[in-house]
Formats: sequence, C-alpha cells, structure tokens
Amino acid sequence: MFAHDVLVIGAGLAGMRAALAASRSGANVAIISKVHPVRSHSNAAQGGINAALTDRGDDWRDHAYDTIKGSDYLADQNAVEIMAQEAGEELIALEHMGVIFNRDSEGKLGTRAFGGQRKARTFHVADITGQAILHSMYEQLMKYEVQVYEEWFVTKLIVKNSVCLGVVALEIRTGNIEIISAKSIIICTGGLGRVYEPSTNALIVTGDGIALAYQAGTGLMDMEMVQYHPTTLKGSGVLITEGARGEGAYLLNKDNERFMQKYAPNMMELASRDVVSRCVATEIQEGKGIDGSVLLDCRHLGEKLIKEKLSQIYEIGLDFANVDITKEPIAIRPGMHYMMGGIKTDINGKTNIEGLYAAGECACVSVHGGNRLGANSLLDTVVFGKRAGEHAARNISENSGNLLEKEYLHSEKKRIESLLERKSTEDRIAAIRNDMGTIMDDSFGVFRTTEGMETALSKMKLLKDRYEVVAVEDKGKIFNTDLVFALELGFMLDCAEVMLRSGVERKESRGAHYYLDFPERDDKNWLKHVLITRSVEGKVMISYLPVNITNWNPEERKY
Amino acid sequence: MEVSFLVKRFNPENPQKGAYWDDYTLTIEPSMTVLDALIKIREDKDGTLSLRCSCRSSICGSCSMRINGMAGLACKMKVIDNLQANQTSITVEPMTNMPVIKDLVVDMDIFWNKVKEIKPWLQPDEVEPSGEYIASDESMKKLAQPANCIMCGACVSDCTVLEVDEGFIGPAALAKAYRFVDDPRDSETSNRLEMLSEYSGIWDCTRCMECVEVCPKDVAPMDRIMELRDRAMNHGFMDNSGAKHTDAFADIVSHSGTLDELKLPLKTFGMFGMPLNMLPVAIRAAIKGKIPALFHKGIPNMEGLKQIFNKVADEEQQASEQEE
Repeated sequence: MFAHDVLVIGAGLAGMRAALAASRSGANVAIISKVHPVRSHSNAAQGGINAALTDRGDDWRDHAYDTIKGSDYLADQNAVEIMAQEAGEELIALEHMGVIFNRDSEGKLGTRAFGGQRKARTFHVADITGQAILHSMYEQLMKYEVQVYEEWFVTKLIVKNSVCLGVVALEIRTGNIEIISAKSIIICTGGLGRVYEPSTNALIVTGDGIALAYQAGTGLMDMEMVQYHPTTLKGSGVLITEGARGEGAYLLNKDNERFMQKYAPNMMELASRDVVSRCVATEIQEGKGIDGSVLLDCRHLGEKLIKEKLSQIYEIGLDFANVDITKEPIAIRPGMHYMMGGIKTDINGKTNIEGLYAAGECACVSVHGGNRLGANSLLDTVVFGKRAGEHAARNISENSGNLLEKEYLHSEKKRIESLLERKSTEDRIAAIRNDMGTIMDDSFGVFRTTEGMETALSKMKLLKDRYEVVAVEDKGKIFNTDLVFALELGFMLDCAEVMLRSGVERKESRGAHYYLDFPERDDKNWLKHVLITRSVEGKVMISYLPVNITNWNPEERKY
Repeated sequence: MEVSFLVKRFNPENPQKGAYWDDYTLTIEPSMTVLDALIKIREDKDGTLSLRCSCRSSICGSCSMRINGMAGLACKMKVIDNLQANQTSITVEPMTNMPVIKDLVVDMDIFWNKVKEIKPWLQPDEVEPSGEYIASDESMKKLAQPANCIMCGACVSDCTVLEVDEGFIGPAALAKAYRFVDDPRDSETSNRLEMLSEYSGIWDCTRCMECVEVCPKDVAPMDRIMELRDRAMNHGFMDNSGAKHTDAFADIVSHSGTLDELKLPLKTFGMFGMPLNMLPVAIRAAIKGKIPALFHKGIPNMEGLKQIFNKVADEEQQASEQEE
C-alpha cells in the first residue's frame, strides 16, 4: 500500500497546479494519472487565458461582469469575483514558470480579443496556449520532483463514514490493483466529452472523476449545462479556436451572408458561445447551411497573420479537412466541447465529503454557470487548482489510512476480475459507447425537448443493461486498454444519466440549456442550481441550491 | 478501397511467441488517418490490440509509431498518403530505441530520463520581478518552434546515433535544451552549454537528418542541435573533440581549399590524444589503399576561397553586433 498526505487524481493543468501548490506548502504529494501528464487534454486549449490586468487599464470587475453575463446569471458571483481578482497573479506566476506568452511592442504580455468580452484580455501563446502552459507546468513538476503514478487508473474512491481515505487503482502497465491512501484527495480529471459522439474532446476525456465522486456520494451540480463550441470541423469534430474569430474571421451561410448580424449586431461573431452555436444551428436548420455546416472565413486576415497567430488551425485545416484556410473558407458546425457542471465544491475546492476536493472542469464552483466564456477554462484550472492544493495541504484530515481498508481492495479486485471473466458476446464495448454518444448528441445538444430527453433516458437504461453483460475481449493483465475502456464506459453511463435527469429537471432555457418546451429564461422559478446526489442505496435524489449574487442582478442578455 | 494493415504485435504474457504480425483488412474513406484505422480495428475487430492515443489532432503526442518503417503520429498520417505506388498495404510497428511493453506501446522512461538530464525548466535570476519578465515578442515567437515539441518520441525512435549509442542524450532532449538556451529570461545559458558540450551531448549527433524528417511538429531537432553547437563555441566551449574538429576543419580548408584528412584527427585530438579505437580504422584504410596522400595539395584559386571566408566572417560579425 502507498500513502501520501495529498493525492491528486489527474495531471492536466488543474491537477498539476494543485500538486505544485500542495507541494510548495510542504505536504507529501503525489499525482495519479491514467496518462503521462503532457498527454492531458489541457493541451487542446488553443486560444488563451483571461485576466484583467490593472496596469493595462482593465478592471477585474469588468471581467467578472462579462463572465456572469456569459453564464446567463447562473454562476455564483462570489466565486467569479475570486477568479477575476486572482487572475492577474496567476497569469504572472505562469509567466515566471516559463510560459512563452506573446508580447506587445514594449515586451509586456500581449492580448487578443475573445468572445463575450468587451475588452481584449486574453493572453496567449499563438494558438497553442494550453499546450505551452501544460508543458511549462510539467517542467515545474520535474523541478520540484513531484511523484507521479503514471498510467494508473483510479477505479474507486474509498469513503468511510463520510471521510475520503484513499483510492483503489489499476496500474495499467502491470495489471496490478493497489490501494493508495491519502489524507486529502483532489479530483482533477477534467470533463466528460466522450459521453458524446462527436466531441472536440480527446479520447481520454471520459468523466472518470465526476462519476467516482458521484458514486462516492458527492453532489453533481448544473450537469445540464453542456457547451457546444460554435466552430468544430464538420467531419471529425476537431476544434477550430475562437481565436480565429477573435482575430477577425467571419461566419458565413450559403448565401455568403455574415448571419451573426441578424442575431448579435454588436458583438457579431464574438457573442458568447451558447449564442453563436444556437445561431449556427438555426441557420443550418433553416436550410441556409451547406451540407449540415456553415463557413468560417479567415482569408481576409492574410497569410502572415494566419501562419503566425493561428498556425495550429492552419495545420489542422490542411491535415483534417484538406482546406488551406488562407485560400478558402472552412466548413464548421457546433460540436460538444465543455462541461460547465460537475462536482459541487466550495471556493476552496472542498466537497461535502471530508478530505475530498475537486478542481478544474470536473468541478462546479460554479464560475461558468450556464455558459463558459472562451479562455476562462484555463483560468479556472489554475486559480481553483491552486486554491484546492493549498487548502488540501493545510487541512490534512487525521484519518489513519491503515490496512483496515483491505476490504475495498478485495471487492474491487473481484469486480474487475468478474469483468474479465465474462463470456464473449456479440455486443462490443465500443458499440455501446458509440450508441450512447449518438443518443446524447441527438437529444442533449444545442436544442432540447422533453420527448427527446425522456426517450434518451429510457435508451440509457437499455445501454446500462447491455453494459452489465458485455465482455472484455482482452483477458491479459499487461496494458489491457480494453479493460480500461470498459471501466471508463461504466463511468460515462453514470454521467450521461445524471446529465439527462438534470436537463429534464430545469424547465426553462438558460445558457447552454435551450429547452424548446420552455424557450424563455425564468428567473422567478429557476435562478437556482440543480444538484443530483446518489444515496447509498443507489437512489437518485434531486435538490436545489440558490445562486450566490453579490453585485450583479440578472438582466436580459444581449450581444 | 480495401487496405490491409500489417500490425506488429507483441504479447508480454506470452514472450515465447515473440513479436508477430497480424493482418487486418479495412475498407477506408479518403479522409481516414492511420489512427482512425487502428481505432476501427480495435473497436470492431480485435479488442486485444493495445496502443496509446488521445487527442486525434497531433497535440498530445500519444500515438507515435512507425508507419511503413518511419516514425510519426498515426493521427497525422492519412492512409491514402501512405500507400506506396501500386500497394494496398501499410505496416504499423512500435517505435524503436525504446523497449516494447505490448503491441504498439513502448516504455518511454528512457526518453523522459534523458529530457530530465538537461534540467528542463526555466532558471531565471534569483529575484523575480513583481510583474512579468520583459522580453521582446520576437524572442518569444522564436521559441515557439522548439516549444512546439509535444514529446511524442518520434525523433528518438528513428535517431541513428541512439541505435548504436544509447548514451547519446538524443534529439528531443537537445531541442528542449535549445528552448531554454535561447530564452532571454534564463540565466543558466553558459552552464547549460557547457554541460551540453560534454561527451554524449551536442557533438554526438551525426547529422543524418532523420529527426528532422520524422518530426510531426516542425521542431527540426537537428537544426536546433546545430544552433546549440554555434552557441557553445561562441561561449568558448572549445575544449572538446567536437568543437576542435569543427575548428580544425575550417582552419585546414581556409589554408588549402580542401580537407587534409591526415591533419584533421591530429588537430582534433592532438598528437598524443588520439583515441586508440581509431587505430583499426586506420589500418583497414591502409590495407584498402585509402590512406590520404602524405603531402596535401591545395586548390589553384585560393583568392576566391579567401573571399568566401572573409564574407562569412563579416556576416558573423554583423549578426553578433545585431544581437548585442
């Protein structure tokens, strides 16, 4: 058995930031991750990170307001204030770690414009911001020699009498199943994009931490709030950064019309993501698209700017769509991108279970509410990753983490062995996952209806039945990816069910939850969070939490 | 069209069987990448096939493998582009220079240990400014090329030096080192260059270009290594055979216009510093009649040559003045 003061699950930006903060506070820290840290999905954040710097004439209150308006007033304002206030300090900390941010003419950090914000406050490294920050953060991890359990997959949280004592995990490389005990555990496992097909998210983004916490008795909040990014490649669903529109790219329908003029005359292509995605989807539905897509036109930005500031999407255009974006527009459509909801935490990342924390996309503080602004996700990971890390290190609970927990090891070993022992079936793990993905994209995308969501829920039950009997084809111990997929699918099915239930529950339209049966926002009845918890007996319980409002009263949202 | 994928398999739980090939035939779409094909094989045909993959858009660096004998990201390679003329098959193998764990999954510990050797983190001056470090946009943009490295391992897999000398620090670690040497915020430039000039460092690259060929992110590790050599020599790290060799090469050519192959090792290693292991090479060369002439002849037009040397020196002077 292994033991640490603080164990961080996941090695993306939130996880590494949390581990660094905890380690700097003097705690014995380890990270456990199913992939090597630099393979984490924070890599894919292209556009940048927001911060309102006072020495640039910006004001954190403006950033907070844009975020709150962007969230359709569902974000908790005390949390947003913290994020906006601490953004500058965190940004400078990243620069000091070595991130090669683009500069202005004075050699200071330079900005670009991003959606839903009235001021250019997005700091960036060309269009590889996430990758650049992730690699710099890993450099710091090497510098401070933080231990990493690399390619280990957590299968269960050990919670006894409402205290989290450790995890049971599978070492993928050997097939061994072990207990790692810790006095504080921080879940930083990112989102759940693969619940959908297609999605901009990497194949590893399977909601593991969200489901682990839910199964352990933590509440999941705002799980109906799923962001569809307006510009993803038509075929593969690969992301095209909002930075393209930030630099001035147009959205065109089949008549070559900049259709955003009709919907958001002020902000045009840079209205918030939920709005732009809805507009694109509406154009396509009204027959003004081209074969299920609209066009993103970068040509007028010029070859030099494109190759310098949008080099990655230039490359993506060539590799994945056979399109040279300097010469022709590229076909895009909205695609599943981000989960605003997640594990309910306080402003220090703490959950309702003693010793259990969460930060980053898997958590819901909530700073994004009904819709996240572009470039606020990287900020969320570092600000709340750091807070969770520091807080977890300071408040190490006095649990013993002793061998008593062997019972958990035995039951997990048994469960996994029984998965491997199942007789081969016609059905396949991938088939169930693909069916789930298509059901979610059809029924829980940009537009939602009662009928669609209820049908999806009943289909999910059938998928769960199939999951109970489907066989794992690979029976080996060493690097059995088939087994990992099976475990991930179990997590995803739980996530999907909670999402649909939350969706049916919120009987209004707010942010990304556009409910055709209730097309208006309803502040009187629904200015509140939906929280879903599972009882020990497996019963799903729904409750509500008030939205924290400090300075900004809800008003109509226009862009 | 139908394409057959010859995939090299290895099951560590049945090591007697050794590595073997499986042949999977798929109907492919024009836009399909090799990774798409492998995922389809894994999902529809054979769940026991192990490989690493995640982002599908050449950012995470997980899916490096050898396709038709060359390392690269499976997610960046289209099936159609990798079919040789009149061929309908593609071979897929794990990366080399790293031990295979299972099928297409290799153990990258060696890779990461080499990266760690170069102290891959920014080491600025002790006192941090309250705000950001001031640095020109150009200097940061210039770092974008080496910093574009996603640590996929393709260059290390196909490095011909590592194939025969596992002590070589390798192209990925050296490209990473360049990223810090060229960072105006880093204060350890000289120490880094000194360390890199040692045995197994920058001078062990044979300039075969393989790493430049296979790099999926245009990091061009070998070019970065050559830049490091220049920097190291400019910082005065001449006390090693690599720098002396370079210096001797230029010196000899500047005097006679061609290379005197007898003088070169003498100047590089000194009269008494000649490595003994060069002796068999010399003997073999002598037997085959390949020992260069004792009396080295120069070229006729030495004036033109001098002009070239002067011009290079002038340009170097200008460049270093600009840098200052």
